[in-house]
Amino acid sequence: MLNREEKIPAIKLAAFQYGIAGILIVLIFGLWRLQVIGAKNYRALADENRIRKVPILAPRGKLFDREGRLIVDNYPSVSCFIVREQGHDVEPDLPLIARGLHMSVEQLDAILRHYRLAPRYQPLPVKQDITPDEEEFIEAHRDELPELETIDEQRRLYPRDGFASHLIGYVGEVSENMLENDARYAAYEPGDVVGQSGVEQTYDQLLRGRDGSQDVIVDSHGREEGMLGREPAQPGQSLKLTIDLDMQRAAEIALGNRNGAIIAMDPRTGEVLAMVSHPSFDPNAFAVRLTREYWNKLLTDPDHPLLNKAIQAQLAPGSTFKIIMATAGLQEGIAQNLHVNCTGGASFYGRYFKCWIPHGGHGATGITKGIYQSCDVFFYTLAEHLGIDKIALWAHRLGLGQKTGIDLPNEVAGTMPSEEWKMKNYHQKWYAGETISVGIGQGAIAATPVQMARAIAGIASGGVLRRPHVVFPDEVPPEYRQAIADSFPGTGDATIPLDPANWQIITDAMAEVMSPAGTSPSAHLEGIDFAGKTGSAQVVSNEAKGRLGGGKALRDNAWFVGITPRRNPEIVVTTLLEGGEHGRFAGRVAAQVISAYVTKQRRLEDNLLETAKTPTAPAAARPVDVGALWSDPQPAAAGEHAAEPETQTANFHGGHFLLDPRDYPLAPDARRLDTQHGQVAVRRKNAVPPLAVISHPVP
Amino acid sequence: MPRFLSFRDFDWPLLGLVMVLSVISVLEIYSATLHTKFVGFDRMQILWLAAGLVAMLALTWVDYHRLIEFVHWAYGFCLFALVAVLLVGQKVLGARRWIRIGSVHFQPSEWVKIIMILAVARYFSNLSGKELTWQDIFKAIAMVGVPMLLVLKQPDLGTALTYSPILLAGLFLGGINWKQATILTLSALILLGGAWYSGKVLKPYQKARLTSFINPDNDPKGSGYQIRQSLIAVGSGGVLGKGATKGTQTQGDFLPIPYTDFIFAAFCEEHGFVGACLVLLLYFLILMRLIQNAQTAADLPGTFIVMGVVAVIIFQIAVNVGMVIGLMPVTGIPLPLMSYGGSSVLFTFLALGMVMNVRMNRFVN
Repeated sequence: MLNREEKIPAIKLAAFQYGIAGILIVLIFGLWRLQVIGAKNYRALADENRIRKVPILAPRGKLFDREGRLIVDNYPSVSCFIVREQGHDVEPDLPLIARGLHMSVEQLDAILRHYRLAPRYQPLPVKQDITPDEEEFIEAHRDELPELETIDEQRRLYPRDGFASHLIGYVGEVSENMLENDARYAAYEPGDVVGQSGVEQTYDQLLRGRDGSQDVIVDSHGREEGMLGREPAQPGQSLKLTIDLDMQRAAEIALGNRNGAIIAMDPRTGEVLAMVSHPSFDPNAFAVRLTREYWNKLLTDPDHPLLNKAIQAQLAPGSTFKIIMATAGLQEGIAQNLHVNCTGGASFYGRYFKCWIPHGGHGATGITKGIYQSCDVFFYTLAEHLGIDKIALWAHRLGLGQKTGIDLPNEVAGTMPSEEWKMKNYHQKWYAGETISVGIGQGAIAATPVQMARAIAGIASGGVLRRPHVVFPDEVPPEYRQAIADSFPGTGDATIPLDPANWQIITDAMAEVMSPAGTSPSAHLEGIDFAGKTGSAQVVSNEAKGRLGGGKALRDNAWFVGITPRRNPEIVVTTLLEGGEHGRFAGRVAAQVISAYVTKQRRLEDNLLETAKTPTAPAAARPVDVGALWSDPQPAAAGEHAAEPETQTANFHGGHFLLDPRDYPLAPDARRLDTQHGQVAVRRKNAVPPLAVISHPVP
Repeated sequence: MPRFLSFRDFDWPLLGLVMVLSVISVLEIYSATLHTKFVGFDRMQILWLAAGLVAMLALTWVDYHRLIEFVHWAYGFCLFALVAVLLVGQKVLGARRWIRIGSVHFQPSEWVKIIMILAVARYFSNLSGKELTWQDIFKAIAMVGVPMLLVLKQPDLGTALTYSPILLAGLFLGGINWKQATILTLSALILLGGAWYSGKVLKPYQKARLTSFINPDNDPKGSGYQIRQSLIAVGSGGVLGKGATKGTQTQGDFLPIPYTDFIFAAFCEEHGFVGACLVLLLYFLILMRLIQNAQTAADLPGTFIVMGVVAVIIFQIAVNVGMVIGLMPVTGIPLPLMSYGGSSVLFTFLALGMVMNVRMNRFVN
């Protein structure tokens, strides 16, 4: 059946042999191409495959007060993510995940839906800042729930109860809008946490440091198999704020639950000692996931909790503007010899303008009485004499209608009306009658508390105006300092020549405001050289107020700008009480802050004295009342004091509030926060126990 | 018929070469499954190899003439089994390839290769001595084509394709002339082109797999992913390789199925160009040894059987290695003597058993 004679021709089998050899040579050529010629290229691709750069998050710089006390800290926190790349279906696990992480399945569903278009390899944030037992849950369910991943982060820990919240600001994920439209965020990546307001925003690039990275060997599922090189993170720079915690605390307490703002500043340097705006918000809520309800509440609250009213409330300054009027009037040589007889009102340009004391009036009134009794008629007349352009000129010199250039985001400029301004904005001629209202800080004029603080502190300091700031300039690198100055343009530092006689008249009159004859006698501080000016700024006209029934929103805003001492002031405090009715109420609030400052300085000086006394100085060196210096119309030159012996200098500083420190008991000792960094600047041997202790929420 | 078979006639050099490759295979499977849930497959492969050796010896004792005599029964059974797979087979990863009998999973399409080799050998040796007519040619095509289409229907494109070298070798050795060969080639090209564009024969994923090797970067996460990872594995191995169990592509699970279809990529990554050439040299020696056995075969059926085996093995090497280095599409054809898997090992050793049988019968006449 089978043919056993035939043979296959040998040439056919040889053809097979050559064919096989040919195929193998082609394959070897292919291998040569990949393994010899392309080896370097493919090795790089292999490394790209298996080496993943895992960021090491740089801890954000901490914030300290001017004495090195910790205000904003970081705390370690763990966040949970879902990693979908595992070839593992997440859906059926949701009930278990929900139970373990104390969430609802709906919440998890919403997260998955929200990220449904995101690439598979992108981890989905499930829950931030998880608790230790939730972490334990994830650890215990590694096998059932391989999709759950945790990463360690550092989170911001802010003071509780919105303490200094507007000043500090808060952090949050950088928004797409910021990334696309803001050149400052060009170097940022989606998901980066950035400062969103306050110091956190302004100094973000310093505070954030630089993230490092860790080369991790991973397999195709992203599972870690080992570590390679490591570039450590550069921690963010910690910053020392000009804020004094004691002062901030005093200001927070003084403002209480009233709506408004307080700013306390050192007129000599522009260092902001305290900045409060109420109502406030809880920045800790931003640090973890911000709930929609809380965000909506903040946005819709009629009292604008997100607004930093110290730099963002632009309101009629009312009678506090009279200090600027007085400066203009005296400098122009008009006010010195201006005397009016106030009968409770006067007519200008055919219209009757009431004084704030409608019946009887202030009688014969000059510049001094005009200030301390806040006589409207005097300033109406002065405004009439000066004219709007002169008023606007001086107000501009003193910084109204322009940003101060404080190193905080979103400062507003306010408005200083003038003929030119009205023509430009309303295409209307200026009516002379409008000048009269501007004379008492009403009408179109609008100013911020920080502007008023800078202006009046500048007048009291002989025309030296300072740029307010909240971070010591020498804390930041020079090039960054310049960048800050460029990004926050404003009037900044300026010196306007003022005749010493003029500002002495003004500050002396301001000191009388707290006398029984002044507008704010209840703000009197016994033994403290305290000068100030009240303002009660109408929100609407009196007639309109009557018509609308005088609701809360229509109440007058109470203003007060106070300085101490009246010569070479060390502190200026501006208080704004929204709907506060009368400036004297704002005056009392400012007086509390001033009093806290003076008390603290005396405690410091007392302490200094103790140390100085131990080796040398006798007790007799103590109450040297050098306050008398300031009754001298010529301001004492700084050099004179510097030449005095140290104990004397100490006493000079302690005594310039005109009071023996011993009469004031020290505040109860308070625990100093451990900053863990040894950055607490102990300026004196016997460190002064601080008044303020800030409390952070327990993370 | 009286027979005397001596183990002196056994092809010891061939078995030695095969065993060297088998050891390399076991070691590479060990390395490739080290960090996966398939750890221990190397030991399974040793068991399969042992089973394969036993099967080979068993087949050695059965005269191949007897096998050829009964091949039409086996062929009928093959068709029945392939139809049964389509009707009652277990669906695994979208393809019906397995029949479950008791607790044993049975994949007929691999075994069909042996039957096809025998059937082709019988068919063409019966036709020897005369010119091939078109009728003879079409009969041969139908004989191989029917099971091929049934396997293609499973769908298992790779295995279906491995039947074609048996047919081609048969036609070549059976005496097809130039004219016929040219006409056949042209009509095959037209037919394949038609099948490709009709969209009826190949499923879209099969088409995608077949074309993605041309430009794997077009779809790095889809069907091009495997090729891309394979090229990276091979290329990054360089001249000397990264060392056993040190291949990052293999150990990091980037390389797909590094113990079966892509085992050569894993080997190239860990042992480099030098290692790869050594393995190809082993294959070359094995194939040359097989062809020598074909030359010394006592009769035509013996030659046809051995050359069928040669054709299948060189085809699988070309397609598998070609796939691994990006010259061929991904077809899921295992590399004989290297890839893990019982069916593949058993086929190879049964085929070798037939070759041994042919060799040991070479003086029987």
